[in-house]
Amino acid sequence: MKKILMLLLTLAMLLSLVSVLPACNEETITPSPTLSPTTTDVPPLKPVGRLTVATTTSLYDTGLWGYLEPMFEQKYGVNLNIISVGSGKAFQYGKTGDVDVLTVHEPKAEQDFLAGNYSSARVPFAYNYFVIVGPPSDPAGIKDMAPVDAFKKLITMGNVTGSQVKFVSRGDGSGTHAAEQRLWAAAGYQYADVEKSGSWYIEAGAGMGPTLVMANEKQAYTLSDMGTFISYKTKLNLTALVNQQNETLRNVYCVMVVNSTKNKTMANNLVTFLTSPEIQDLMGKYGVAEYGTQLFTPCAGQNL
Amino acid sequence: MHAIADAFVLAVKMIFTGNPEVYSITARTLEISISSTVIGALLFVPLGCLIYFNNFRGKRLLICIIQTCYSLPTVFVGLLVFLVFSRAGPLGIFGIMFTPQVMVIGQVVLIGPIVTGLTISALSGVSPAIRETAISLGASRLQSVWAVLKEARFAVLTAIMVGFGRAISEVGLALMVGGNIRGYTRVLTTAISLETGKGEVALSLALGFILVALALIVTVLANRFLKVKEADVAQSRAPTS
Repeated sequence: MKKILMLLLTLAMLLSLVSVLPACNEETITPSPTLSPTTTDVPPLKPVGRLTVATTTSLYDTGLWGYLEPMFEQKYGVNLNIISVGSGKAFQYGKTGDVDVLTVHEPKAEQDFLAGNYSSARVPFAYNYFVIVGPPSDPAGIKDMAPVDAFKKLITMGNVTGSQVKFVSRGDGSGTHAAEQRLWAAAGYQYADVEKSGSWYIEAGAGMGPTLVMANEKQAYTLSDMGTFISYKTKLNLTALVNQQNETLRNVYCVMVVNSTKNKTMANNLVTFLTSPEIQDLMGKYGVAEYGTQLFTPCAGQNL
Repeated sequence: MHAIADAFVLAVKMIFTGNPEVYSITARTLEISISSTVIGALLFVPLGCLIYFNNFRGKRLLICIIQTCYSLPTVFVGLLVFLVFSRAGPLGIFGIMFTPQVMVIGQVVLIGPIVTGLTISALSGVSPAIRETAISLGASRLQSVWAVLKEARFAVLTAIMVGFGRAISEVGLALMVGGNIRGYTRVLTTAISLETGKGEVALSLALGFILVALALIVTVLANRFLKVKEADVAQSRAPTS
C-alpha cells in the first residue's frame, strides 16, 4: 500500500511539473526591452488566434523572422507561427491552404501562384544579392568572374578528374535553387545534364543554413543569399568569391497573402507590418552592428 | 569527445539554470509523447486483445500487415497524416495542421501497429490454461481476458514502452505535420534536427542528452510501477501465517 502511495506521489509530481511549465499553450510573449515599435499606452494584447506563415529558409536562418516575430505578435496580439521551408514547399502549402501568408523569393513561381489565383498580390519588401561562395583556396579560380562565366568554369573543372572542385546545390525546389538553375540555363546547360554530370555536383536537399554547413564540410562551392552567408560566416571557412551586386544576382523577397486564408485581416496586417517605414528601417539595420554589413535592403513600394 | 563533454555540461547548465526555451520544448515533448502513448495504449491494447482472442478469416493476414507496419517510416506516416488533415484533404475542415494536436494524432497512428502487434505477441505467450481456468471458475468473457492480460502484463507494458519510445524519438512526422514552429510545435527531436543543420553541435547533443534522460525517467517509473504490482501480488498470494 505504501509503495503504491509513493508511486502515485512520484507520478503526481511529474505531472504537476509538466503542467506547470508552459507546454502546448502558446509561449507568453515577453516584449524585448530595446524594441517597442508601438508608442501607445495600450497594454499589449493577450495573444489570441494564430497566423501561419510559410517562409523561405533564408529569411529564417538569418534570424530575421525570429527578430520580427515578437514585434508583430506584441503589436497585433496574435500568435505568429513561422514555418521554415523552401519556397517550393511554401507555395504548395499555400495552394492547399494550410498557411495564411507566404514570404518567398522565386519570381517565376510567384507569377504562377498569382496566375492560379492562389494569391492576389506579390508585395516585395526586401532584397539582397546572391553570392557564389567557396573555399578560400578557390581551386576553380572563379574569383571576381561574372556569375554565368563562373558557373561555366565550375562545371568544366568539376568534371576534371582529381580536381578539388565541388558544388553543393540546395536541391530542394527553393527560390535559391531556382536562381541556381537559372544560372545553369544562362550558362547553356540543361539542368538535368548538370545533375547527372558527376559526383562533383552534390544535391543537399536542405535549407540554406544546412547547405552552407555541408559546403563548408566538403570545402565546396555553393550559391547562397548574402544574408544567410553573412550570418553563418563565423562558423564557416568559405569566402564570397563572386559578389557582384547586379540584376542577375538580385534576390527579392516578397510577401503574398494566400487567398484561401481564414484570417485575411490579420494576414493583411502582416503585409502592412512588413512594409511599414518603421519595420523597413529595422530590416535595413538588421545585423549591421553584429556583422558590419546590411543583410537585407528594404524595398517596399519599389517595382522589383 | 571534447564536443560530447562540452555538450553534457551544456545540458546540465540548461536544465539547472532553467533555460525557458529548453524547458518549454521539453515539457511539450513530454506532453505530446505521453498523450499519444496513453491514447495509443487505451486504443490498441484492447484492439490487440480483440484480434488475439477472436478467430476470423484473414486473422493471419491482418497480423502480418500489423507486423509489416512496425517498419513504417515516420516521414511516410507524416505524409499520410498531412494529406488527410491538410485543408485540401478529407479532414481539412478541422484546420489542425501545424498544431500539437495533429502531432498527437499522428503519433497515435504511428505507434498503433507496434502496440497492437506486441500486445498480440504478449498474449500469445500466456498459457491457454490461464484463460480456461478463469472460465471454469465462472469468469465472464471480459474477466477471462483481463486475467490473461494480467499474466502478460510485463510484455504488454513493454509494448506500451516501445510505443512511447517510438513516439518520443521520431522526427519525420513531427517535422512534417508540426512544422517545427518555435514556441508551438517544436519538440526535442525537431529542435535537434534544426540545431544540427545550423552547425550548433553542442546544443544538439545537449538536447539529445535531455531526451535520453526523459526516456530514462519514464522507463524507471514504469518499471517501478510493475515492481509495485508484483510486490502487492506476492503479498496477497503469501499464505497468512
